[in-house]
Amino acid sequence: MKKFVKILVSSVLVGAMALSMCACNAAGKKKSNGKIKVGIINNDPNESGYRTANDKDMKATFTEANGYEASFAYSLKNDEQIAAAQKFIQDEVDYLLISAAATTGWDGVLEQAKKAGIKVILFDRTIDASEDLYEASIVSDMAKEGDTAVSWLASQNLPEYKVIHIQGVMGSSAQIGRSDALNKKVAAESNWSIVQQQTAEWNAETAQQIVQAVIDSGEKFNVIYAENDDMAKGAVQALDKANISHGVGKDVIVMGFDCNKWALEELLAGNWNYDGQCNPFQASYINDIIKNGAKQKTVIMEEKGFDASTITKDDVDKYGI
Amino acid sequence: MTKNVKFKESMKAVKAFLIRMVQNQLFIPLAALLFLVLFNIVVDPSFFRISLEPSSEGYPVLSGYLITIIDNASELAILAIGMTLVTAASGGQDISVGSTIAIAGSVVLRVLCGTDSRPETLKAPIIVAFLVCVIVSALFGAFNGVLVAYFKIQPMVATLILFTAGRSIAAWINNNELPVINDPSFGYYGNFIPGIPLPTPVFIAAACMALIALVLKVTNLRLYAQSVGINPSSSRLNGINPQTIKLISFIILGICVAVAGFIKVSRLSTINYSVVAKDIEMDVILAVALGGNALSGGKFNMTASIIGAYVIQFLTTTLFKFKVNSAAISAYKAVVVIILVVLSAPYVRKKLVEFRKKIVSHKVKVRKEVA
Repeated sequence: MKKFVKILVSSVLVGAMALSMCACNAAGKKKSNGKIKVGIINNDPNESGYRTANDKDMKATFTEANGYEASFAYSLKNDEQIAAAQKFIQDEVDYLLISAAATTGWDGVLEQAKKAGIKVILFDRTIDASEDLYEASIVSDMAKEGDTAVSWLASQNLPEYKVIHIQGVMGSSAQIGRSDALNKKVAAESNWSIVQQQTAEWNAETAQQIVQAVIDSGEKFNVIYAENDDMAKGAVQALDKANISHGVGKDVIVMGFDCNKWALEELLAGNWNYDGQCNPFQASYINDIIKNGAKQKTVIMEEKGFDASTITKDDVDKYGI
Repeated sequence: MTKNVKFKESMKAVKAFLIRMVQNQLFIPLAALLFLVLFNIVVDPSFFRISLEPSSEGYPVLSGYLITIIDNASELAILAIGMTLVTAASGGQDISVGSTIAIAGSVVLRVLCGTDSRPETLKAPIIVAFLVCVIVSALFGAFNGVLVAYFKIQPMVATLILFTAGRSIAAWINNNELPVINDPSFGYYGNFIPGIPLPTPVFIAAACMALIALVLKVTNLRLYAQSVGINPSSSRLNGINPQTIKLISFIILGICVAVAGFIKVSRLSTINYSVVAKDIEMDVILAVALGGNALSGGKFNMTASIIGAYVIQFLTTTLFKFKVNSAAISAYKAVVVIILVVLSAPYVRKKLVEFRKKIVSHKVKVRKEVA
C-alpha cells in the first residue's frame, strides 16, 4: 500500500514537472504576434508616492494598444530582482527595463541578456556595470535638483538666510545631491547659515520633532529646506503649533521636493514657497529609445522647480504625483 | 554617646533605604532620567523653560522641550504598555508594531475618507473611525497571538509576517492613495484641543495608563501573565490557560497599536505607509528593556516600562537639541542604549549588588581588624 502511494505521488510529481516544462516551452516558442515584449523590473510600488507614480506611468505606456506585451516584477531586494531578470531572459523578452534595488551584482545577468540578444534599459537608478552591457540609463540628476532649488532660494534676495536643513536617509542619492548643493552655498556665502542640520529619514514626524526642538530653543530661522515633501509637511506642522507664519510673503520660507500633488496644492494655496520635481515619468523616454534607438548612454530627465507665486492649477494636475 | 548611636542607626537606615532603592526595578529608568535631567541642567538650564504662548488658532498653549517630550513620548508609552504584557506572557517581542500602526492609521483614514482621497467633509464620525481601527488592530493582534499561542511559533518569527507585509496591507487598504484630511477637528487628537494648553496625546496616554493600572488592579491579569511567562506548564496545572493569556496580551497590544496609530495620523492628518512609525518597535522593546523587565518573560513592572518610554524620548529630544551630527545620531543613541541596557539587565544588577555587599563586608572586616 505504502509503495503504491509512493509510486502514485512520484508519478504525479513527474507528470507535473513534464507539464510545466511543456508550458515553459510553449510560452517561450510562442511568437509575440508582432508586439514588443518587455520585462519590467521595478521596486515595490508601495515604497513611496514617487514609485507609485512611476509604476502607474509604466503601466500606462507599455500597453497592448501601444504595441507592447509587458510583464512586471517587483521587489525591493536585489537578489529577487536578479532572479526575475533571469526568468525574463528565459521568456525571451525583447527588452529588459530595470530599476535596480542595489547597484552591484548585475554583471552576470546582464551578460546573459546580451548573449540572448536582449537589450537592457536602466531607469531611475544606475548600476555598477560596464556601459556596453546596457543600451541606456535614464536617471534624475539629484545634484541638479539641489542646485535648482538653492539658486531659486538665492534669487529670493533675503538679507540673511538662516536655514533649518532636514535631510533624507543619509547616503541615499537624493540626500547627497540635495544636501551638497545647500552645503556648498552656505560655505560660500557669508549671510547664509545653517541653524539645524539633521536627518529625519524621510519621516514627517521626525522632521516635526527636529523643527520643534529649534523652536523650543528660541533660535531664529527663516528657511526650511526639507529634502522631501513629507518632511516639509512635518516641519510646517511644528510651525503651525508654534504660531509661526510660513509661505509666500510670510516669516518662514518652506521648501520641499518630489512634487506630491498635495504638496503642490499647498504651494497653490501659498502655504509653501517651493517644490522641486523628482521626475518619475521615465516611460516616455524609454518608449522613445525603443522606437528610435538610443542617442546617448545616460539620459538625464528634465526636472522643474515650482515657485508658489507662479504655479498654476494645471501644473498641479500635470506634475503632481 | 546616645547621639552617636542614633546617628549610626539613622545612617544604617539610610544605607538600607539606598540598597532597597538600587534593588528596586524602577531605579534604572529613574536614574537614567535623572542623569539626562542633570546633564541638561548643567549644560543648558533653558532646556526646562516652559512658556505659555498663543497658538496659530489664538489659544494659549504650553511650549518648551519638556512639553515636546511628554507629547512625543505618548505613542511610545502607550505601546510600551502592550509590549510589556506581551513580553511577560510570551517571553518574546512583537516586531510588527510599526507596520500595524501603518495599518491602523490607514484604516482610520479609509473610514473617514471613503474612496475619495481628499474629502471636503468627513464621511464618518471620528469615533466610528477610531472604533473600526481598534477592532481591526485587535484582529491583527489576535492573528499574531494565535500564531504564538496556538501554533507555538517564536513571537519574533510570528510577528515577522506582519512586519514584512503590514505596510503593503496598509497601502492596499487605501488603494495606494495618500489621503489628506482637511477637517481641523481631526487634528485635535494629535495636537491641541482649542482652549486646552496641553497637547492631547498627553491626555490620551494618561488615560491609557490609568486604564491599564485599573485592569491590573482589578483583574488577575498581572499574576496570570507573569505565571504563564515564568512557567506555562505549571500555570496550566494550576488552572490558567496559557494560550488564552498569551492571546489576550497580543490583543491588548493590538488595541495599544490602534490608539498609537490614531494619534500618529491625527498629528499630520495624513499618512505615509512606508515611513510612518518606522522602527518604533525597536524603541518600544528598548523601553521595556530599559524598565528592567526580563525580555525572556515572567515578572514585569509596568511603571518602569512607561518611564523607560519617556527616557527614550527625552534622549531623542536632547540629541536634537544639541544638534548632534545627523550621520552620528544613531551611534550616540546606540552608545547610550548599550550602557542603559547593560546596567538594567537583571544579571548585571545582581552582580553589582553582590559586588557592593563584598565591599561593605570587606570594610567591616578591616574595621574589625583595626579594632
